[in-house]
Amino acid sequence: MTAVNSHQREAAGRAAAPAPSAPGEPEGAPRRTLRVLAAMSGGVDSAVAAARAAEAGHDVTGVHLALSENPKSFRTGARGCCTVEDSHDARRAADVIGIPFYVWDLAERFREDVVEDFVAEYEAGRTPNPCLRCNEKIKFAALLDKALALGFDAVCTGHYATVTELPDGTRELHRASDAAKDQSYVLGVLDDRQLAHAMFPLGDTLTTKEEIRAEAERRGLAVAEKPDSHDICFIADGDTRGFLERRLGRAEGAILDESGEQLGTHEGAYGFTVGQRKGLRLGHPAPDGKPRYVLDISPVENTVTVGPVEALDVTALRAIRPRWCGAPPAAPGTYTAQLRAHGGETRVRAEVVEGELRIEFAEPVRGVAPGQAVVLYDGTRVVGSATIAATDRSTAAAG
Amino acid sequence: MAHIAYFDHAATTPMHPEAVRTFTAQLAVVGNPSSLHGAGRRARRTVEEAREQLASALGARPSEVVLTSGGTEADNLAIKGLYWSRRDAEQRRTTILASPAEHHAVLDSVEWLEAHEGASVVWLPVDAYGRTHAEDLRAALTEHGESAALVSVMWANNEIGTVNPIPELAAVAAEFGVPMHSDAVQALGQVPVDFAESGLAAMTVTGHKVGGPYGAGALLLQRAYAPVPLLHGGGQERQVRSGTLDTPAVAAFATAVHHAVGRREEYAREVTELRDTLVDAVRSAVPDAVLNGDPDPAGRLPANAHFSFPGCEGDSLLLLLDSRGIECSTGSACTAGVAQPSHVLLAAGSTPELARGTLRFSLGHTSTKADVAALADAIGPVVERARSAGLS
Repeated sequence: MTAVNSHQREAAGRAAAPAPSAPGEPEGAPRRTLRVLAAMSGGVDSAVAAARAAEAGHDVTGVHLALSENPKSFRTGARGCCTVEDSHDARRAADVIGIPFYVWDLAERFREDVVEDFVAEYEAGRTPNPCLRCNEKIKFAALLDKALALGFDAVCTGHYATVTELPDGTRELHRASDAAKDQSYVLGVLDDRQLAHAMFPLGDTLTTKEEIRAEAERRGLAVAEKPDSHDICFIADGDTRGFLERRLGRAEGAILDESGEQLGTHEGAYGFTVGQRKGLRLGHPAPDGKPRYVLDISPVENTVTVGPVEALDVTALRAIRPRWCGAPPAAPGTYTAQLRAHGGETRVRAEVVEGELRIEFAEPVRGVAPGQAVVLYDGTRVVGSATIAATDRSTAAAG
Repeated sequence: MAHIAYFDHAATTPMHPEAVRTFTAQLAVVGNPSSLHGAGRRARRTVEEAREQLASALGARPSEVVLTSGGTEADNLAIKGLYWSRRDAEQRRTTILASPAEHHAVLDSVEWLEAHEGASVVWLPVDAYGRTHAEDLRAALTEHGESAALVSVMWANNEIGTVNPIPELAAVAAEFGVPMHSDAVQALGQVPVDFAESGLAAMTVTGHKVGGPYGAGALLLQRAYAPVPLLHGGGQERQVRSGTLDTPAVAAFATAVHHAVGRREEYAREVTELRDTLVDAVRSAVPDAVLNGDPDPAGRLPANAHFSFPGCEGDSLLLLLDSRGIECSTGSACTAGVAQPSHVLLAAGSTPELARGTLRFSLGHTSTKADVAALADAIGPVVERARSAGLS
């Protein structure tokens, strides 16, 4: 398998050095031209990624995914004709790069696999990350499968992460060269097969976002000045609680303290996340005068339990549905773990027990919610990910 | 890429060299046809000669030619303008009878009137080829004649190429005293189109489908009708359409129509032969491909071939052919943003699956045997691959 990433960086401080060139090819020989499908959101990163892939000599085709069924967007104007700015921006970028461009309608798959899952997870009292889900089920599943069937070799995105290839052809996913921009967390769900067909041309960028914008401008891409997107793409107004309320309806329930005493009421347990402090509206302070945080959500009883910040300290967790990038850890070992898209990493001891990932933290961590993904790293290398099912709190019982 | 085979002439076709000469020569000449001085008079003469040339080629009187910016504007003017003027004259006339297989310029105008102007719509039945029959129009007018504002049925379908019996339909509408409009954008230059003989009240044509420039079209309109204008202003076109006339485009439009109509018979013969070769090639490479529209050449545009490929997504086929230098369309250009089943095929009773995996190959005056040969080589493997990608 020839390396897909044409922008392999020179490894520094990495467990395994990347192959300097594809196996069987002389040093410095041009890599095989790949047929690449570039997913283009209409933003600056995916546009520059597609441009870099084309410049590297690959045969690139751009595709914009129509994912939303919401009334203000793509599919609605009488018949889904280029009504949304993002698809227009993506098309403009593709035209400037000089590559063919298509819009693929994956809205139904997206609704089933990402939006409905998101709602169901919140309904069950968990906190999902729909971006990981989208990478796992849409970009590197529905899109990748269609791309491969149509004769493409790889799917290219604007994620900041690095793919390296060992001399034996094994591929590894690593953090981006610039840790501040690293997005390997949301790609932690990719398995070997998905990674084999992934291309991240921005992963080796040791430049700032401003420099990516400058590169876009230099390439004549009009999206250079477009603001970054942060919100969940299918909740356009950013109001997640409002979105869930429309989907799940109001369901009044009790807010309890750790002893089970009722402190107040809420309008739907799904509106809360473990670790949340704001929006509890309890009206009167805790006896000790300290702020209270959401500790637990019980969807069946429809209760939310709150308590002091110390009670949030988690010393260990159990995570299910692991997905490994390469071999799973064979024996208990020391790794680092990341628990949120923009969170830091923390030292852990990890092992696989009966198909589940068990993690013990070297230092207690806070704000760990069931439903979140834990991504396990060995140095910069992504080992795999799993969905947090349960946490152990050392101080909860004592507090 | 060595050879590009262009099979999208129904979207737009290369300009006729003589139309290019007319167009470029006029670009260098100053003059607003509404001005009274010498420059204005020269421009006016050019425009009026073009109008006469158009009228003569289309079987109309010069005063029946209302110049517009193209087919979409002419359709909007006919549908909305006639609806408003008929309703203003008689309040009860709020029913529009139209084919469900119309181009979106008609379809969406009708639906807009329904949503915003109190129109009620009777969608006329169509057969499995998307054709509207005189007896169905008669039945509909027998029921709705007293409230009918207008009838609109396209001369030939832009997707599947089915030709409607326009003179027959117009005769039925005339019996009930209801004006009938027809979008003849695709028919012009391929089948005989004569405004006076058709009995239509209004008829849409446009330049860029017959070798003229973009942005020039016309609504042929009997003198008896005064549709309410969409564009108010200088009243340049019979007080029905305002806006400074685009003299170069109008002149080149007339040149192109003159040539297209003059060469029509010979062209239709040649392009029919090429189209039939294409259909045979596709069918032998993909035995289960379904030819949509009327298989009888008498009922179909000579330059149109339209297929459903079972188990394939139209946009997969398009992508794979495009990458091999073969340019075609999944349907009309306006549906090409996102894959959606063709409303024409659905109206004609096709299944949503078959209506999704479609390709339209439309030939034109620059099409060659080499184009068809390139498609014949590519279509088998392309369909096989698209099928493996399946329906998403």
